[in-house]
Amino acid sequence: METFTAPTIDWTALSPILITLGGAVVVLLVSLFLPLGVRRPFAAAVAGVCFVAAGAAAIALFAADDTGRGIVEDAIRRDRLAEFAQVLVMGAGLLSVLVSYRERDKEDRAGEYYALLLTATSGMAFFVAANNLMTLFLGLEWFSICLYILTAIAAERLSGLEASLKYLIVGSFGSAILLFGSAFVFGATGALDFAGIAAGTDDAERLFVVAGLAMIIVGLAFKASAAPFHMWTPDVYEGAPTPVTGFMAAATKVAAVIVTMRLLVTAFPGEEELWTVALAVIVCISLAWGNLAAIVQANLKRLLAYSSISHAGFLLMPVAAGNALGGRALLYYLIPYAAMSLGAFAVVAIRERELRAPVTLQNMAGFGWERPFLGASMALFMFGFIGFPPTGIFLGKFYVFSAVIDRGWAWLAIVGVVATAISVYYYANVIRAMYMQPRELAVVAAGGSPPQDRLLVTAVGATVAVAIGSFVFADPLVDIAADAVAFLQFPVA
Amino acid sequence: MITTILILLPIAAALAIWIFPWRSQRAAGSFALLVALAELALWVGTALNFDFGATGLQAEADVTWFSDLDVAYQVGLYDYSLWLIGLTAVVTAAAVGYGFWSGRERLGVYLSLLLFLEGATIGVFAAQDLVLFYVFWEAMLIPLYVLIGVWGGPGRLGATYKFVAYTVAGSLLMLVAIIATGLDAGTFDMTQLGGQGTSTWIFLGFAAAFAVKAPLWPFHGWLPDAYRESPPEVAAVLSGVISKTAAYGFLAIAIPFFPGPAEDWRTPLLVLASIGLVYGSLLAFRAPDVRGVIAYSSLAQMNLILIGIFAVNASGYTGALLQMVNHGLISAALFLLAGAIERRTSTGELSLLGGMARGRPVLATILITTGVIALAVPGSTAFAAEFLVLNGIFDIGWGWAVVGAVAIVLAAMYMLRLISAVLHQEPGSAVPAEALDLRPAEVGVIAPLVAVLLVLSFWPAAITERVFGGIF
Repeated sequence: METFTAPTIDWTALSPILITLGGAVVVLLVSLFLPLGVRRPFAAAVAGVCFVAAGAAAIALFAADDTGRGIVEDAIRRDRLAEFAQVLVMGAGLLSVLVSYRERDKEDRAGEYYALLLTATSGMAFFVAANNLMTLFLGLEWFSICLYILTAIAAERLSGLEASLKYLIVGSFGSAILLFGSAFVFGATGALDFAGIAAGTDDAERLFVVAGLAMIIVGLAFKASAAPFHMWTPDVYEGAPTPVTGFMAAATKVAAVIVTMRLLVTAFPGEEELWTVALAVIVCISLAWGNLAAIVQANLKRLLAYSSISHAGFLLMPVAAGNALGGRALLYYLIPYAAMSLGAFAVVAIRERELRAPVTLQNMAGFGWERPFLGASMALFMFGFIGFPPTGIFLGKFYVFSAVIDRGWAWLAIVGVVATAISVYYYANVIRAMYMQPRELAVVAAGGSPPQDRLLVTAVGATVAVAIGSFVFADPLVDIAADAVAFLQFPVA
Repeated sequence: MITTILILLPIAAALAIWIFPWRSQRAAGSFALLVALAELALWVGTALNFDFGATGLQAEADVTWFSDLDVAYQVGLYDYSLWLIGLTAVVTAAAVGYGFWSGRERLGVYLSLLLFLEGATIGVFAAQDLVLFYVFWEAMLIPLYVLIGVWGGPGRLGATYKFVAYTVAGSLLMLVAIIATGLDAGTFDMTQLGGQGTSTWIFLGFAAAFAVKAPLWPFHGWLPDAYRESPPEVAAVLSGVISKTAAYGFLAIAIPFFPGPAEDWRTPLLVLASIGLVYGSLLAFRAPDVRGVIAYSSLAQMNLILIGIFAVNASGYTGALLQMVNHGLISAALFLLAGAIERRTSTGELSLLGGMARGRPVLATILITTGVIALAVPGSTAFAAEFLVLNGIFDIGWGWAVVGAVAIVLAAMYMLRLISAVLHQEPGSAVPAEALDLRPAEVGVIAPLVAVLLVLSFWPAAITERVFGGIF
């Protein structure tokens, strides 16, 4: 009779995942016994502390050693790429707590909200460390299910329910395709772990490898909301509570593109000529679709959703380059991008609370003058998304274009440049709406503006600091990005 | 170090104005004016300590910024960039002074954006790393967009769209060109890049950005609207200083880094510049309003400057640089005068103006002096500069010099028409009899610009003997 030997588990390496998951359990259980008034501060405080602790744990792991290795029988990886992604995801979680705090007027669901936020983050931390196709799928579903519920957490809002349903159906479709593709790859190579797949593809049935690879890319592109797999994005971004949207735009994107890079580089180095081209096509479609569709949006959340689709294109561009320069470029780009996405949605959130109505370009009129700091921050984000200095996205784009030009794909950089030129139109529109409307068109909140939300303003301040800080102090961040991808064997020299 | 201070002082002051809770808008404005004057004093100090005899970069600073691709914060001064920085400081001080005096709405923000623009522009002239150059180049666009979009005239939104679309399209092509150049050479250090470029496409990428911003004909579509809709101070900075960054780009980057392609493309570029010179002059002669005349004359003058640069010899370069300084001062003075006229008559239509000289001697004197210098009357500094430009281009082909000489005649036509339509003839219907002469504050802002022009007219060698030392 076979005996089951439990694998040795590196608990330290799992700490970012476990801390957030444990925090979720604590929040969920203890909230039950707390009176309504203290539930929200308690849940938010626990969530905040857990994010800080988990982020600190990930930083400690990053600093502790630079040798990546498989843990838990090679099911997941302990390496700097995962830890880098975990720090970003935890940061996004922490800022989301600050942004959400005044959002929930329904006190009774605060416990569930923060528990789900913690669980989703925990799932992402697991997802970015996945080292075989099963753990990859498990992580993907883990955080996706949490996000489906978070989208509908304000159950009395019909738009949230609709968005959640759409997200659930389309998201499950994407997951199913990913799973199907995984089955093909497993069938062809006989391996689930990434290294095993890479070793097995040479002798494998070509058709199944190619079909499996294609389906896996599609599944991940769904999560990264890259066109043409982005259909859910505008509706979900619009319907979800705005802080949740901000969290999705930042954290989900980080997790999805980092996993895409890890998977393609470690499991399919031999198929490089296939997936680099496939990604380049996805990049072009995302840039074209995202930017053109954004032009006609009047609703600010939808506009930012299309902006996020076009940025999926910019983020996948260095992955398509398939070289080490691209790996560094991607990780560097993610730092300001994640911060600025969150910050932009935070500004939308506060305007939404002021007006108690969906935020459109029209009712942003006068916002810039009325709230100087938040308005200037939003203007900075918009100029930054275009790729203007002084935000890190300028250097990120510069770096990304360098990666594809270095690969010899100057045409892809030209596509990126054209997309950037188009994007000027709608980003500038937001600034125009905030600052350049005549005074009589300015929309003022009924009964005057509500008092300053200190937590939210702090969160926006932090994202501004990251946006500008990553521009000024690029060198240390690039070093960190270089450390995080040092172990990857990129297929393109 | 001094170079870094020249760049950062106005930018830091802009942030300070924005963050610090000023008691009143006037307090913030006074601070801005003080900083603009301090910057000017700082430049004078730098110029006095500058070693004009020496070749090579002076007052350098070099800090690693982005080591993965060998990008650095590297700045420094050449003699020609020093003169352009001086022009920036002078014109910005005048613009800040004028804006302060005219009491714009939200004065603090307004003036802080002008200071930010000054810092970015000086950064463009001082940057010695291509990426840094691009950063400052793009940074100029942000304050300009807001300045025109918020404080501009009724057609400001259309004007900003055009302006931003044109310039971004040009500058993004330059970004690709910069990346390609830097990856190819393994460094973005401008002091090491000279003369290696051979790719025509990369040269054209740079040329696109500079051609739009200068603007070279036919890339000037943004110009009339932007110059008409801006507040006068912003138009003064835009035509006086910002356009010079493009000429500087040709002079310091596109031509020296890509000598081969620049040689190949000289004739097409000269054709465009010649057309621009004549076309701009003709349109200036036909323009129905004061700002139209100045805007199109700016187009013409910038194309003349480019002709001098495309000559790529000592005389052409020297003439172009002197004319950059001249034209910067002339167009700044003219735009501020246009602002003064519009303030009194609430129109710039030439058909509604006229007869303003009577009882307004100061306005008449300053406008005529500036106009006469602008039309390059012999003895004026513009005459010296245009002579050098024509002398330089004559070596390339006498036909180009003929075009230039014709355009100088046209310049006399449109300038005299402007002077006569505003100052002489019967009093226009929009000119109230009680409209005042220039106020002391206006004189205090505009007269120094004209005074510098007069000094240069007596002594153009102040610049021509202190520029391009050792290059030719």
